[in-house]
Amino acid sequence: MALIRFDGVAHSYSGHAEKPADYALQPMNFSWDDGGAYALLGPSGCGKSTLLNICSGLLKPSEGRVFFGDRDVTDLSPERRNIAQVFQFPVLYDSMSVYDNLAFPLRNRKVQRSHIDRRVREVAEMLDLGSVLKRRASGLGAELKQKISMGRGLVRDDTSAILFDEPLTVIDPQLKWRLRRQLKEVHKQFSHTMIYVTHDQIEALTFADKVVVMSDGEIVQVGTPQELFERPEHTFVGFFIGSPGMNFIECRIDGDSAVIGERRVSLSASQANAAAQAGSGDFKLGIRPEFVEAARPGEGFAARVTAVADMGEFHLVTADLDGNELKIKLPDAHAHIQDDTLHVQFPSEWLCLYHNERLIGHEVEVAA
Amino acid sequence: MNNNRFADNRAWFLVLPATLLVAFSSLIPFIAVVNYSLQIVFNMNTHSFVGWSTFHDALTNEEFRGALGRQVLFTAIVLAIEVPLGIGVALTMPRSGRAVGPIMVVLALPLLVPWNVVGLIWQIFARGDIGLFGAFVNNVLHINYNYATGSVSAWFTVVLMSVWHWTSLIALLCYAGLCAIPGAFYQAARIDGASRWAVFRFIELPKLRGVLTIAILLRFVYSFKVYAEPLTVTGGGPGSSTTFMTEMLTNTAIGQFAYGKAAAYGLLYFLIILLISYVFYIVLTRVGTSEGDQ
Repeated sequence: MALIRFDGVAHSYSGHAEKPADYALQPMNFSWDDGGAYALLGPSGCGKSTLLNICSGLLKPSEGRVFFGDRDVTDLSPERRNIAQVFQFPVLYDSMSVYDNLAFPLRNRKVQRSHIDRRVREVAEMLDLGSVLKRRASGLGAELKQKISMGRGLVRDDTSAILFDEPLTVIDPQLKWRLRRQLKEVHKQFSHTMIYVTHDQIEALTFADKVVVMSDGEIVQVGTPQELFERPEHTFVGFFIGSPGMNFIECRIDGDSAVIGERRVSLSASQANAAAQAGSGDFKLGIRPEFVEAARPGEGFAARVTAVADMGEFHLVTADLDGNELKIKLPDAHAHIQDDTLHVQFPSEWLCLYHNERLIGHEVEVAA
Repeated sequence: MNNNRFADNRAWFLVLPATLLVAFSSLIPFIAVVNYSLQIVFNMNTHSFVGWSTFHDALTNEEFRGALGRQVLFTAIVLAIEVPLGIGVALTMPRSGRAVGPIMVVLALPLLVPWNVVGLIWQIFARGDIGLFGAFVNNVLHINYNYATGSVSAWFTVVLMSVWHWTSLIALLCYAGLCAIPGAFYQAARIDGASRWAVFRFIELPKLRGVLTIAILLRFVYSFKVYAEPLTVTGGGPGSSTTFMTEMLTNTAIGQFAYGKAAAYGLLYFLIILLISYVFYIVLTRVGTSEGDQ
């Protein structure tokens, strides 16, 4: 069941938009499933926070409607939506104790005192805040503060979705893991829908069941971490996910093979079909650095090696193939390199074909 | 090595200019004042030592106690009006947009006017015959208002003048404090369903604590040493109803040539200011540490 549904939602901060560049968020139809753990991933300024603020009601979209279930909530204020939001920096009421902080949303809604007490203690126990309940919130560490911010979202009975806007930015790296695990536990226990904005792909891939990748105000792909890794639907996703990102090699299409320089790579039937239908345009082959294989001298493609970095478990080779930069992860790079030349081959099952930056020739993935 | 530690003390000469400057500007005059305060001074050649009795006189004297009482009352009234009003003005100011510039300029204007000129402006502005404000109160509101003859009118004028002159300072400081509050606090408050009052009480006011302490300290100091403004408007009158500490001191020292008495008054005044400033200092440093850990 779809919990949050965007129906033609778009947003422009200037108020009226005529061309696509005026939009901070391009017109979109999108659904967030009830109980899903989503990560919203993208570079700074791609519209992630705009999208999040439209969900929570802090921002009214300049076009389109937002539905929670069957209810149109576009015009509802944030406190009348059953949504909680955790911000990049812990937001606390400094002059209050931890207990009062947690109780604040309920007191504002004139909930019965005994009920408030019960909810606050439940949430505090769940987030391991029991021991600091009586302390002033302002003196605590960033991790605890962020947990209190989250707790304020959880105390309300009706909360059905929690939105996180890069909540771990101010947390020490060692503590991030702990807090992220706690988030997952909360998710398992209550199955709130969670939408987690981040520009850190590791955070996104470890937290979420589904990752939504955004670029320039658009959702470019929605998928499981594995899908994003193996079959990026857009060159941006390939480039953005992975470290280093996917290699892209310009090519032209000739029948059922792609031609790079003088040499040919055979395509799958569906790729060749799609390429034929696509007609003219810009074609690229994409392959992950992890999937490029070393070939015997004389076979495959000869790439000129420009750098070899020892990363411990593997070597990261940077090479030049007909003007395209190629990154290759090899366990034993030096065994294959002769006279600054590395022969590589591209296993066809990991080879993706892109036409005008979009994946073609794979029938399986369809955006939600 | 230890023997050479104090071998060369010439570096002390570097402190000499500052020491001389402080000695001439503060230390020697201060010692002279302490000296005067223990004597009755008729003229430069005739004075007699009377010990603590000048202080005893001061503390039992209607002149001193009256001025001190009026001073405390004045400071309390202006703080009680200006602080809430300043916060209120700051809250209503737009945080961004084209209006911010002009509003800031208008707010800052009273602060740019010299203090005795403020007095002159109000002396004329509040006159019952030719002053716009005075004539309005008398002829349109039909309230008998004359700051030269009525002590209530005089107090009203002096307080109003102070509010006009100084509310801007608190408003501008608070405005700067408000602008420094991250937007996420307001957004979180909206999601938590906080009322406007709750936003003020639990977000804005706590975040303003630092600037407010400084604003109140400044206003306390300025109002406690108020001199030129009321002197220009009311001359301390009618009677001595608007004679505050500094004016009383000046009158005693220069008007009556009672140097001994004035010195005793001055020292007491100094001690009071020192005490209150110390309390503020303690409060300020406490604010500093509690904000340091955020």
